[in-house]
Order: sequence, then structure tokens, then C-alpha cells
Amino acid sequence: MPRFWPMFRKEFIQMRRDRLTLGIMVGIPVVQLLMFGYAIQMDVRNIPTVVLDESRTSTSRDIIAAFQNTGNFRIVAYVNGRDELDRAIAGGRAQAGIVVPEDYPRQRARGVTATVQVVVDASDPLQSQSAIAAAAGVAQAKNLEILSAVARRPAPPIEARVRPRYNPGLRSPVYIVPGLVGVILTLTLVLVTAMAIVRERERGTLEQLIVTPITKTELMLGKIAPYVGVGLVQMTTVLVVGRVVFSVPLTGSVLLLYGVALIFVVASLALGLLVSTLVRTQQQAMQVSFFFVLPNILLSGFMFPRAAMPEVFQWLGLLLPLTHFLKVLRGILLRGVGLEALWVEALILAGFAVGLIGLAVRRFHKTLD
Amino acid sequence: MIQAAVETRDLTRRFGALTAVDALTLRIEKGEVFGLLGPNGSGKTTTIRMLCGLLEPTAGTATVAGLDVTQEPDRIKERIGYMSQKFGLYEDLTAAENLDFYGGIYGLRNTARRQRIDGVVGFLGLAGRLRQLVGTLSGGWKQRVALACAMLHQPPVLFLDEPTAGVDPAARRGFWNTIKTLAAEGTTVLVTTHYMDEAERCGRLALMSQGHLITLGTPTEVAAQVGVATLEDAFITLQERDEGRSN
Repeated sequence: MPRFWPMFRKEFIQMRRDRLTLGIMVGIPVVQLLMFGYAIQMDVRNIPTVVLDESRTSTSRDIIAAFQNTGNFRIVAYVNGRDELDRAIAGGRAQAGIVVPEDYPRQRARGVTATVQVVVDASDPLQSQSAIAAAAGVAQAKNLEILSAVARRPAPPIEARVRPRYNPGLRSPVYIVPGLVGVILTLTLVLVTAMAIVRERERGTLEQLIVTPITKTELMLGKIAPYVGVGLVQMTTVLVVGRVVFSVPLTGSVLLLYGVALIFVVASLALGLLVSTLVRTQQQAMQVSFFFVLPNILLSGFMFPRAAMPEVFQWLGLLLPLTHFLKVLRGILLRGVGLEALWVEALILAGFAVGLIGLAVRRFHKTLD
Repeated sequence: MIQAAVETRDLTRRFGALTAVDALTLRIEKGEVFGLLGPNGSGKTTTIRMLCGLLEPTAGTATVAGLDVTQEPDRIKERIGYMSQKFGLYEDLTAAENLDFYGGIYGLRNTARRQRIDGVVGFLGLAGRLRQLVGTLSGGWKQRVALACAMLHQPPVLFLDEPTAGVDPAARRGFWNTIKTLAAEGTTVLVTTHYMDEAERCGRLALMSQGHLITLGTPTEVAAQVGVATLEDAFITLQERDEGRSN
């Protein structure tokens, strides 16, 4: 492929001269990372809570304290009636309410099941999940305490020891950052290459180019080659910032990481090339590229767990290179696994890369039709 | 029989209901400076694009440098130079970088490439403009760089589509002197032009109107055919006749 090198050199010179695009390609990942990293916290703590303590005894204060100690409930006010509590939640002043009925201490003393009501504003299911789980947890812990005392067994009969591995603090950024690497790469690389060929067509330079002996393959590979480097630089930037600002670990092999990233970058660039053969104007190129972003974010497992999706969407997610790359990213960064666990994904990504390039080359015609 | 540089037989191109080029038959000999004249929409650019392998003919045949345009378009591309009507070089690269790029694309390596570039730069007087970004050059200089890139690989046939559009008269004259020199050295040049004074400098002319050939010959022959004094009058008359016929 002798004519690949002049094409590559030309693209490289043009890319370097376009300082604005280059700056954006490196700057955007950092901005997005900081935004996503700080903004997306899946575990909601300290939700404002109002308390209606109808009993006002040490027993009731004890159970209220138990709720507060979970860290999920931040008491902002003590109310005097049920309607006041309802108003506070409806009005948005509080997102949860704890009601300890008047006869709570009596029920406890009699050995009857004592009820504490926890009202949670579940309009945002994600937000309220932590609160709901915490509330159930409080009751359970209290039950254990009481029953152990009654049965005169200091230790509970069964304990399930849960070991949160790879992300002991259950921190969202650790989960989000690797995903962000993939999403940023996908968006920017697809967009850039989609525009690349369309721009030549619009400016009239494509006509002059296709009248030369350059083959379709040489043309396309020459176009995407410089951006491979940019993609890897982007990934490095996100990982470094992720490490420094959010303490995202890098447990596994760096070599393997970059090796698979290389394949993914090529696949993304090839997808951009394919898009450029489908559209006529730069504006269309942008629109189609953005159209690809949303499915990538929603179906790849970046934020929303794929296991929770209906099967149809899980299958659809498999059609995205990002889905497979995320498995590799998280595997290497968070769990330190090697090729032996990830070779299937690596192979799939390679298949995508080769397939997409082939498709783009087939669709591209060296004619003006 | 000597092989023609360019030969077409009933070459036709349709775009849907519109027939842009209608059964064009002509033959251009090696070393000719051949002019293709006609108003906008007459089919000149479409004809050139078919001869360069940029468009597939709907019907008819054409050969360039002995190669069939439908069968071997890639081999033809190695043997032709082309200047598109719309300026086609990279404006964000310097003249030198453009030359370097096209030299590489046409298979010139290292010393051979440098020598050819030096030769072309000298021939066209581009020495002072090499480091300039092509986008900052004036019209005349841009066209010269474009011609340089087209002739870098010494193609036997050059297709120039309105090469002097928007260029000042002095530069145009210089350009045509260059074309004459190239033809004298054996390069076949097919030029499309609007300008009558340039048409007069061609060896032979083909007048096109609404997709078909209305007359072919030397400038004098064409003027005589119509019985008018100047080529310009001939052109206008022939065009009016052709349009009258179709109405």
C-alpha cells in the first residue's frame, strides 16, 4: 500500500494545523470527566427528612437515632402532625418522613410487632432506593439486636459476610470513569472521521483526490491513521485525571489495556468512516454521529446495568463495540484480569474493526455519483 | 493506425431524465491542444469527468491513452493529469506540501520526487510561493500550483476544466504559453474554456450545446462553417441554431 504514507502524512499535517479541533478533542474528555465524576453519585446520602415522633420517649428517640446513624437520613425538622409531614414532603422540603406512632413503646414492651412508618418520596426511584434499603436495614439490625437479647445468644445464628471487592467504598466514580473513557472515545472519534471525508467532498478536494491512482483502502486507512494516536492520548488523559482526582485504580496490565484500546479506537474510527459514506454534508455527519451517542450511553452498560434491561436490549447492546470494550476496561482497571479472561471481547472488537473498515471501503466509490 | 490520445464513440451520460452528454463522438490525437467549448450546462464538465473515470458513462465507449474508461479506470488514472473546475488542492497545506503529497500519490519517491518537483516549480515559476499556504494565494497562483500537481507525474494526457477561470489576462496568457510548451513536448491537452481568445489558441475545437456536439474543427474551419468572421459570432450563431432546433 505505497500510497498510504503520503495520505497519512497529509492528514497528519492537516490535523496538527487544526489547533481548535485538537484542543477540543483533548479538552472535552477532561471537562466531561470532571462533570460526570463529580455529578454522578448513584448512592444518595443525607436526604432531608422530617420526623413525627408521636411517642416522645427514650424508646422512640432510640429508633430515630438508629435511622439517623445510617447516614442516609438527615433530619431537618421535627413536625407535630401527619398533615405537616405530608406537606413537607409534597412541597419538596423533605424527601423522607419517619413516623413513630404513639403506642410504639407499648407495642415493644408487649412483644407485639411494633410499626415505624418511613415515608419516602420515590418520584426518583434511583434516589429513593438507598433510603428504602437503609430503612429496611435499620429494622433488620434492630430486630437482630432484640432477638439476640431475648434468645440470650450474643451472636446471631447466621451472618452473611459480604466482601465488596474491587470497589470497597462502593464509589460511583470508580465505576463511571472507565465507562467514560469508552464513551468519550466513541463520540469524538466517530464524529471526527465522519466529518473528515465529508469535508473533503464539500471542499472539492475529494474530486482531485479520487482522480489519482490512490485506492479506496489506502485513502481510508490514511485518513484514520493519525487519529489513532489522538484516541490513545485521550484515553491516557482520562485515566490520569481519573487516577489523580478520583483515585480510580489501575490494577491490571497497562500493555493489555492499550493493546485492546488500540483495536477499539480503530473500530470507532472505522464506524466514523462508514458514517461518512452514508451522508452528504458535514451537518448530516454531525447529526448521525450524535444519533449514535445515545444508544451507546444507554445500552452499553456505561451507567445503567445491562443485567437489569429486558433481554431485547441486552442483545442490542451486544451490537455496540463500546459494550465489549467496557467489559475489558473495567476488567483490567478494576479487577486486574488478563487476556485469558478477556480474549473473547478482544476478538469481538477486532472483528468489529475489520468488518467496519471492509464495509466502509465497499460503500465508498471512487466516482462522483 | 496511430493510437488516438482520446477517442469517444456515442458517449452518453444521463442523470435521470436529463441527458447531459448525448452520443458524443470525437477523436483527439497525441500532442493536440484540443478545446471544448460551450455554455454552462452543455456537457463539457460531464464529458471530462467521464474521460477521467469520475463518472460512469450511461452508454457509448471512450478510450484514453488506449485504455477503456469503463474497463480500466484505475490504470487510466495513472496516466492522466486533471485540474477540476472547482479548485481542488488543500488550502490548509503549503504549495510545497501539496506538491509533495501528489508526488507521493503518483508514485514518485525520494530523489525522483524531489527532482520532478524542482523541475515543475522551475517550469512554472513557483519558487517564491512554495512555503505559502495555498489558501492564501491569489487565483492565478492557485491555478499554477494546481497545474503543477497535475503534471508532476508527466502524464501523456492532461484534462483541464476551465483552468483560467477567475485569472487575470496576463496570467492567462502565461498559462497558455505553458500549455503550448507541454503540447510541443508531446502531452495531449484537453481544455474547456469560456474565453474566445483562448479558444482561438487551440489546435482544434469542439463546440457543445445542450449535451451534443454541434461542430468540430480548427478555429478557422469553425468560423468558416458558419460563414461569419469571428469565432465568437460563430459560436453564438451555432448555439442559437441549436437551441432553436430543440424548441
